[in-house]
Amino acid sequence: MATTDTEVNELIKREYEYGFVTDIESDTFEPGLNEDVIARLSGIKKEPEWMLEWRLKAYRRWLEMDEPDWAHVGYPKIDYDSISYYSAPKRPEDMPQSLDEVDPELLKTYEKLGIPLHEREKLAGVAVDAVFDSVSVATTFKEPLAKAGVIFCSISEAIQDYPELVKKYLGSVVPAGDNFFAGLNSAVFSDGTFVYVPKGVRCPMELSTYFRINAANTGQFERTLIIAEDSSYVSYLEGCTAPMRDENQLHAAVVELVALDDAQIKYSTVQNWYPGDENGKGGIFNFVTKRGACIGKNSKISWTQVETGSAVTWKYPSCVLRGDNSVGEFYSVALTNNYQQADTGTKMIHLGKNTSSTIISKGISAGKSSNAYRGLVKFGPGAEGARNFTQCDSLLIGDRCGAHTFPYIESKNKSAIVEHEATTSKVSDEQMFLCRQRGIDPEQAVSMIVNGFCKEVFKELPMEFAVEAGKLLEVSLEGSVG
Amino acid sequence: MLSIKNLHASVEGKEILKGINLEIKAGEVHAIMGPNGSGKSTLSQVLAGNEAFEVTEGEVTLNGENLLELETEERAREGVFLAFQYPVEIPGVSNLQFLRTAVNALRHHRGESEMNAAEFMKLAKEVSRQVDLDPAFLKRGVNQGFSGGEKKRNEIMQALLLQPKLAILDETDSGLDIDALQVVSNGVNALRAKDRAILMVTHYQRLLNHIVPDYVHVLAGGRIVKSGGRELALELEERGYGWLGIKEEETANSSAN
Repeated sequence: MATTDTEVNELIKREYEYGFVTDIESDTFEPGLNEDVIARLSGIKKEPEWMLEWRLKAYRRWLEMDEPDWAHVGYPKIDYDSISYYSAPKRPEDMPQSLDEVDPELLKTYEKLGIPLHEREKLAGVAVDAVFDSVSVATTFKEPLAKAGVIFCSISEAIQDYPELVKKYLGSVVPAGDNFFAGLNSAVFSDGTFVYVPKGVRCPMELSTYFRINAANTGQFERTLIIAEDSSYVSYLEGCTAPMRDENQLHAAVVELVALDDAQIKYSTVQNWYPGDENGKGGIFNFVTKRGACIGKNSKISWTQVETGSAVTWKYPSCVLRGDNSVGEFYSVALTNNYQQADTGTKMIHLGKNTSSTIISKGISAGKSSNAYRGLVKFGPGAEGARNFTQCDSLLIGDRCGAHTFPYIESKNKSAIVEHEATTSKVSDEQMFLCRQRGIDPEQAVSMIVNGFCKEVFKELPMEFAVEAGKLLEVSLEGSVG
Repeated sequence: MLSIKNLHASVEGKEILKGINLEIKAGEVHAIMGPNGSGKSTLSQVLAGNEAFEVTEGEVTLNGENLLELETEERAREGVFLAFQYPVEIPGVSNLQFLRTAVNALRHHRGESEMNAAEFMKLAKEVSRQVDLDPAFLKRGVNQGFSGGEKKRNEIMQALLLQPKLAILDETDSGLDIDALQVVSNGVNALRAKDRAILMVTHYQRLLNHIVPDYVHVLAGGRIVKSGGRELALELEERGYGWLGIKEEETANSSAN
């Protein structure tokens, strides 16, 4: 039934709705990277000496590293000297002290994106940190959070205000030498979010960061660090968008999570960077290192990601399960369309006794895209009684896309138990015919089928965002059936 | 209501329907019988708009409207309903969500307001009882893990929900035990109405003991070779298809199924 396939393929075409550019005056570095650029960046941020040293050390290390080439993606070689490593909206010397001081153009940008920075608005109950190009422009609900003892601020502020915490944990989960992109990030990271939840505190609201790339020819290198002390709990969500541009732009972030005894961190991502046009021109290169360390016993880290944007995605949110009985979870929906490429998955490193992990990955490929799941499950010698369950499902829409699964399992402990299930299916002509025969629009049918396929992952998202994620899929798929 | 004139259709270049002529008036129930490979299922699929089949000649109108010009979903909204012989599964999509989407698509087409979840739940529960399905099944994935009998009952339930003008039932009796056959037949009989036409495709006479048709047609080699009343079906049961000049091997194939 070739006709239906054609229809399905047409459904997938739809314009990216966040592709606008904000006309705002910016201070942007000349392209290029060397020690002077890093020193200048650190200087603008008025960083202490130790921070600059840390960056330079990372930079020197990075110079000796090679860009990874093992992922199932192809892209033109990146010229790291053609990228600008810092861009910030021009404004008075000091950071805005309140929302009233934030440039109204910026506030409008976030309004267009549906992210209210005014605390009274509808997302009330969710505290937002907004990162625009290289800097954090606003963080909401700081005061009520501070009352609970929760620190929620930009990483730049944290370096100034909480240097001991930053020194102790920055790079403790993802060291500068971990990989090429993490190394680059460590040298040039400009801003990001810092969260600290003290002992016994259940963070009273969802925390979230919205990342926006605006300036042309710049890279965004954000750094996020979340620390959950003993018996604390925090749920954090990040969202990302970027303008439509013909050139590719690099986004190389590092996220580190630290969970101590009995602590829980829930980290959700809705990634909607500009994916490039339908011919594969432009789009963000999303090369990201995310890792959580379950240091304490009975701790738990849960990653949920909905990845629909970016031209190329290289991302493996992972858990190092060091504490006994600690739990790692990874729930992922990755949708690729047109010429998008994704190589994404996770690593579950079991070190402690009775550690357990769950991996649920749902890959959806449409158009001419390529979607790969890559996952490592590793059991160290001390991982007595550890277990993992992996379920990896791929859904193909049309017949010109690809899905790949690369599971790796390494076990140094005989008592460890691994289960792996994998399926590949297609949105079948029969399913489409059934839906249409009942009067349902082809577009709605595809969206319903895809949402059904992703249900197990969506139910892990915070309520407000589960709906958003469903809609996002719908939008990303629109145009794939005529 | 339904008028089919000289309908020819082929799949992958092979002609299956070779000139079907059929008129069904509102309120009538017609049964199409015939050996395997005679084109019975193809006729149902073509009427519903399955794009795997190409209509090469002829015309089909429903209440004067040219069906062949309409997309599958448009035909459905005009009141064409097909109860599938092998209903497909849609994992993760609940029956309830699927059915409500379908009902609302039709309501939207008629300019009526959409039914909310609570209203629809009430209606769906009522109808599911009519075909003896536990309302708990509404929460399960579409046809997911349903037994053969449950799938068929689910199809009839959908017909009852969607209230079509033309209901085409493709081998609705296949794979049913006698109790399930009774339940499904009761459902179909509940569908009978003055303003509705029903076209039943079946292999076996036994269904017609429960749902008594007004007319019976025998399809062979892509054409209707014989039409008659209820008694034609009984005669077929007694004498097989041979006396109509239909090839032995086709008859043999049909009884194997």
